[in-house]
Order: sequence, then C-alpha cells, then structure tokens
Amino acid sequence: MAKLATSVSMAAVKKNNNRWKKLKDSKYLLIMIAPAILYFIIFHYLPMYGVTIAFKDYKPFKGYFASSWVGLKHFRTLFKYPYVWRMVRNTFLLSFYSLIWGFPAPIIFALILNEVKNERGKRFVQTVTYLPHFISTVVIVSMVTMFLSPSTGILNTFIKSLGLNKVNFMGSPKYWRTIYISSGIWSGVGWGSILYLAALTNIDPTLYESAIMDGANTFQKIIHINIPCIAPTIITMLILRTGQLMSVGFEKVYLLQGAVNLEVSEVIQTYVYTNGLRNLQYSYGTAIGLLNSIVNISFLFAANYISRSVNETSLW
Amino acid sequence: MSKKRVSFWTVLKVAFLVFMVIITIYPFIYMISVSLSGKLSVMRGEVYLFPKDFSLEAYKFVFRDKRIYTAYKNTIIYVVLGTFTSMLLTTLGAYALSKKNRLFGYKFFNILIVITMFFGGGMIPKFLVVNALGLIDKIWAIILPSSVGAWNLFVMRSFFLNYPEEIEQSGSIDGLNDLGILFYLVLPTSTAILATMSLFHAVGYWNSFMEPYLYLRSESKWPLQVILRSIVLQGTSLDTEYAGGQSEVYEDSLKFATIIVSVVPIVCVYPFLQKYFVKGVMIGSIKG
Repeated sequence: MAKLATSVSMAAVKKNNNRWKKLKDSKYLLIMIAPAILYFIIFHYLPMYGVTIAFKDYKPFKGYFASSWVGLKHFRTLFKYPYVWRMVRNTFLLSFYSLIWGFPAPIIFALILNEVKNERGKRFVQTVTYLPHFISTVVIVSMVTMFLSPSTGILNTFIKSLGLNKVNFMGSPKYWRTIYISSGIWSGVGWGSILYLAALTNIDPTLYESAIMDGANTFQKIIHINIPCIAPTIITMLILRTGQLMSVGFEKVYLLQGAVNLEVSEVIQTYVYTNGLRNLQYSYGTAIGLLNSIVNISFLFAANYISRSVNETSLW
Repeated sequence: MSKKRVSFWTVLKVAFLVFMVIITIYPFIYMISVSLSGKLSVMRGEVYLFPKDFSLEAYKFVFRDKRIYTAYKNTIIYVVLGTFTSMLLTTLGAYALSKKNRLFGYKFFNILIVITMFFGGGMIPKFLVVNALGLIDKIWAIILPSSVGAWNLFVMRSFFLNYPEEIEQSGSIDGLNDLGILFYLVLPTSTAILATMSLFHAVGYWNSFMEPYLYLRSESKWPLQVILRSIVLQGTSLDTEYAGGQSEVYEDSLKFATIIVSVVPIVCVYPFLQKYFVKGVMIGSIKG
C-alpha cells in the first residue's frame, strides 16, 4: 500500500520534472512567442472582455470599473429605434445579393480559365485579373464615384453618346446595391478564383481520358467532372460566406454611403460606427455589435451543421 | 460537326477572357489618359483611350500640394515601420509555434490564436482599448492594433514546419539557442518567404484606411488613403488648385492623377508579389 503510494507520487514528481524540463527547454521559444501572445491578449482578448460594456452605462470620464451595470437597457433602446428593421434588412440583403451574384462569379471564371491550354495566355489573364485585389477600397470607391458621375463620368458620356438620358447613379438609392455588388465582383473575381483553379488542376487526368473515350464534349466534362471535383472547395467557401451573411465590410459601405442612399446603405456596422463612436454612445454601439456577432456565429454553426448532415463536408 | 462546336466554344471562351482583361485594365488606362490630357479635351469628353493634348500639368499640381506630399511621407513611414513590426512579431511567433513538440503550452497558444479568427470584440471595445493605452493620434495606433494576423502567423508556421531539421540541429550542436538558430541559420535561407510576407504586409499598410481614420485625429498625420478620400470623395480641393488664380487643370484630371499617384507603388511591387502569392494563399488554405 505504502509502496503503491510512493510509486504514484514518484510518477507525479517525474511528470512534474518533465514539465519543468520542457519549460526550461523552451525558454527561448517562449521569449519568441511572447510578443505575439501579448498582442493577441491586448488587442483581441481585452476588447472581447470589453464587450461587457454592452451591459453597462460606459462613461469615458468614469472609466470601465466605475460605470454602472444597466442590464439589457441598450438592447431595448435598439429595438425602439424606428429604423432597426430597415438596417437589419439592408445588411442582410446587401450580403445576400453579394452572395448570389458574387459567389458564382469566381467559380465560373475559374472553370473557363481552366479550359485555356495556352499557358502564357492563361498566366497573362491571371496576372491582370488578380491586380484589383491589391487596390485599396478608397481607390475603388473613388473610381466608381468618378466613373458614374452624372456630369463628367465616362459611363454617362457613353450613355449620352448613345442618345439616351444621363443617369444620376450615385444620387439615387435605386442603383446603390448594384454598384456595391458589381464593383465588388470587379475587384474580387480574379483573386477569388485562385482556390478553385488550384482545385481544378488537382483533378486526376485519367478522368478526362475516360470521358473523352466516352465521347464527352467540353460542357459535359465541366458538368460531370470539373464541378463535382471542386464541390468540396465550393461548399467550404459557401459555409464561410454564410457565416458572414449578417456582416458586410464596414469600410466600403461607409465610403460609398451618402445622405441620398441611406435608406439602402445604412447597415448594422455603419450604424455602430455613427452611433457608437461618432456620437460617443459606446455602450449602445457595443451592444449592437455584440448582437450582430452572435447572429453571425449562429449562422456559421447552422451552415456547418446543415452541410455536415447533407454531404459530409464541414469546417470542423 | 464536332469540330465546329469546339471552335464555337473556343471563340466564346477567348471572347469572355478578353472581356475580363479589358474590363480590368480599361479603368486604369482611362484614368491615366485623362490625367495626362489637356483641360479642353477632357471637358469636351474626347478622351477615351489615349491622352489628348498631352500635358503633365495635373501631376505638377499634385506634387506641389503640401497635403499630398505630407500624406505620402506619412504612408511611407507607416509602411516601413508597420511592415517591420509585423514581420518581427509574426516571424518570431510563427517559428516558436512550428516547434510543436518542444514549445511549452503549444496547445494553449494555438487555441488562443485560432479563437481570434472567429471571435472579436468589435470596433468600439477595440477603440476603447487603443484609447486606454494612450495611442490615439499616435503613429503606433495604426501599427500595433493590426500588427499580427492569425492567418499570416499560420502561413509562416507551415513554412517553418517544412524547414529541414538537419540545419537547425547542426546549429544547436554548435551551441546556438533558438533565437540564434532562427536569426543566423533559418532566416538567411528563407528570404523568399520573408520577401513575400513583407510585401503582403506592406500592401496592407499602404491600403489601410480604417485604422488611421479611426485612430488619427490630426491631419498632419494622415496617410494617403485618408487624404485621398477627402480630396476625391469629399471634394476638398488641393492647396495648389487656386494658387495660380484661374486653374489650368480640369478637376477630374487632378483627381485621377491623385489616384494614379497613390496606386503606382502597388502596381510596381505587384509583379514581385505575384510570383509568390498563389503559393501563400494555398499554404494558408491548407493549414488554416
């Protein structure tokens, strides 16, 4: 009995020694990773903890700890905001339409580019179409605004030369979503195709050989070989995108936003900015942001769950 | 019969790709042409493809403008400082993470980092943290809060995972510690990935708008992207525009020239980036 106890404690000591040894061994590794970990704690985990101000009445001059708890007050305020559903609807529609139009575009592009047998031509097209991905949002929005300008924009010059009436694209909420989505496709279609192209080049060539023997044409090959083979990639990307259905990039919406298009362009993220940061209602803004994140995460889990039960492809 | 169908498909395919190329390049060509054309030709809407009445006036105005000059200088400082900081933190962290079996607390660190890919505090809590650190209106406010990305960290880690162990072992036999091995042996032989990652970070800092817009108050510290917005999107005019009384340059030419000036460095590093970025995306997607 006593012997057993000693052997157990011996094992514990040994294990402890091992851990101690490992700790000493990785002394320099720990020094190396420390700055990065510190960064994540300060700029990611502190803000995550800071989300609790959504349940407080945060006053900058009082500081975090002295500000009082108010429970769900800010959430109730939000649902009294007359435009709350307009804002939710705008966020959802903008990213839903972006998904509908923007998601298939790189896939189609990759499928067609994959058919190009001339390597130099293919590389040229790739080089050119990847470029807009590296252009800043400010520049893209600037270009869009200038090209669509009712007085001097090239598009209106063109429309006029056809003998039609000029259109004030940016001055009307009617065109706003289309502008947002099509400029997004313009800048993202090439870059978005990289993953699909890589998946396409990994397809087993013997599949094509047997397809040709069976007399399949190009379209049949694309439909029966290419698309099924890249389906896992497509589904993974679709899950990730679904997880973002209630979030749109703040930067581009904010830059494209104006008083004339607010009825379609006010989304949750821009509302958080204007009310939370600009009007200094920190707690209120945080509460909306928190609600939004919860919705996003549940979308992601739902999409992952559905995909796993339907066709066994999932993120985790 | 079948031959004819194939050629029809080829025509369609080529036409589509040519369309894609044109639609990508044309906006840039148009902007360059307008910025290089004389005032009257632009006003009459005669410029479509090539510059008309070639003139460098617009660029002279842009380069004489104090705000653009300052913003350009600021952007370069932010890019250099930011890229250096990001690379230092990311490289050190990624190397430590690549030593899966030796790093004490590997699992804990890994989870700590992965979580940040899915959860975040959001704009306002992050702003309050930056504010509490006293960084508002300081250069570091636009560098530190976004200096390390979980994604980049994992891309670099997977690179270091594939690094030949023999070299590192030879270093430890010679009495080097991990820091010595990284700086004397591993990094000098990994210049390709270092260059690629640096370029990615540099482009990111060059293009960043959000951080400077949220965290910098004084105009003298603004980078190019923020100035660009105020000139092109909000229509504030250049200092030099009225300096010479009646302006000889058309407003649009000026705006396009400003855009071009801010895009040129990106287009210049792009060919170097392009060699590697597909690889970068692939590594990230497999390991991420």
